[in-house]
Amino acid sequence: MSEAKSVGTTQVKRGMAEMLKGGVIMDVVTPEQARIAEDAGAVAVMALERVPADIRAQGGVARMSDPDMIDGIIAAVSIPVMAKARIGHFVEAQVIQSLGVDYIDESEVLTPADEANHIDKWKFTVPFVCGATNLGEALRRITEGAAMIRSKGEAGTGNVVEATRHMRQILGDIKRLSVLSSEELYTAAKNLQAPYDLVAEVASTGKLPVVLFTAGGIATPADAALMMQLGAQGVFVGSGIFKSGDPVKRASAIVQATLHYQDPKKVAEVSRGLGEAMVGINIDTLPESEKYATRGW
Amino acid sequence: MIIGILALQGDVAEHRVALVNAGVRQVKEIRNPLDLEGIDGLIIPGGESTTISMLCISTGLDIAIQQKIDSKLPVYGSCAGMIMLATEILDGRSDQFGFKALDIAVRRNGFGRQVDSFETEVTFLDGKVTNGVFIRAPRIESVGPLVEVLATIDYQGRKVPVAVKAGNALATAYHPELDSLSQIHSIFVQMVQKATERV
Repeated sequence: MSEAKSVGTTQVKRGMAEMLKGGVIMDVVTPEQARIAEDAGAVAVMALERVPADIRAQGGVARMSDPDMIDGIIAAVSIPVMAKARIGHFVEAQVIQSLGVDYIDESEVLTPADEANHIDKWKFTVPFVCGATNLGEALRRITEGAAMIRSKGEAGTGNVVEATRHMRQILGDIKRLSVLSSEELYTAAKNLQAPYDLVAEVASTGKLPVVLFTAGGIATPADAALMMQLGAQGVFVGSGIFKSGDPVKRASAIVQATLHYQDPKKVAEVSRGLGEAMVGINIDTLPESEKYATRGW
Repeated sequence: MIIGILALQGDVAEHRVALVNAGVRQVKEIRNPLDLEGIDGLIIPGGESTTISMLCISTGLDIAIQQKIDSKLPVYGSCAGMIMLATEILDGRSDQFGFKALDIAVRRNGFGRQVDSFETEVTFLDGKVTNGVFIRAPRIESVGPLVEVLATIDYQGRKVPVAVKAGNALATAYHPELDSLSQIHSIFVQMVQKATERV
């Protein structure tokens, strides 16, 4: 009788993300917000100290959340809890894993701790999600062990334009690979700055080997439906919910729009009477140094 | 034979592939009550059971599927799907909706959180062994007298049931759909075949 159990396998890590597909993951900063998210039908919550809009407004170094705060959110809900670690800050990741968090987001929204290296995510039992702006970046993160990818978008702006750009870029890159001949794939791998084996795999399957969500600027039900129609497998909503006039209603509306993304009447129905959306920022007015999407490499 | 997959949230695509590998030609994704028309069996996939339960209510699929299950439509649930089928849900939300189609008590995340999620050997009654992927999996804590245990795992020195069947309902705590060849999907297809022959 063997009782050989393997934890933290690729199958278990990537499989966890498969179970989140079609769902909405919401940023929360308190146990109360976490409960609102769960009540609205979120598939998971992202526990963080400040939503990206506040990180932008207040400035300073943004770091991993207080463990007490993460514990409080874990205790408040029965759905999976994610938390953010700084890019390259493997000790923050170790700490978050020790708290029993279900997924770590190695996130450009926090201030990077290493400007050359990301975390070696294979060393962890807990799975990681990472942001990407294009296919090469996504494949580099997967090479480092990421079990889920999300577009970076431009967090905390309430402006979906960058998420659109990144989703189109990643999915367009995949489509372009699928028509290349075998000899062209070597050059494609060089140009993408990604390992040949992964590039060849994506070319033959026509998709990433891990689940692809969208993030960064989604503020309305229509934004969520747009991302799903573009090919996202699910949606992260950051500041968009709790920086709006009626978070309870908006949270539920975004869940409904993510499910009914192909049904404009339904999206219209849930978009009624939501109150103020978050104000939002035009990306053109953001100085280069304040663009989070340029963090990570 | 047409098999439906509840497609509100979760790993719908993986079940589709597993069904196709089990020889099913027609697979239909179910998003509203009208989609249930003409299906011979239904799969409730893995996902987040609280979310699937809420979306069942908002789409009216709670009542529509309940009627189908009550009139003996074969149904299979993996992981969250098993929670949706259980008569008793432990550690669920107080308002969590379920179909109460299988006389089992299941504990949500009964093997722990994601860091405890694991792969292990699943042993069927006939001695066949397969790999099982358990992701924040529900744990079957008790089974009713009419429930047949199809497979178990060895867990903390005990045999824990992980695949069960009673009447028209089949459930697994693990995700056979994540493996390329799923015995469970073949078992379900046989259940559906038997049910359609009877009509």
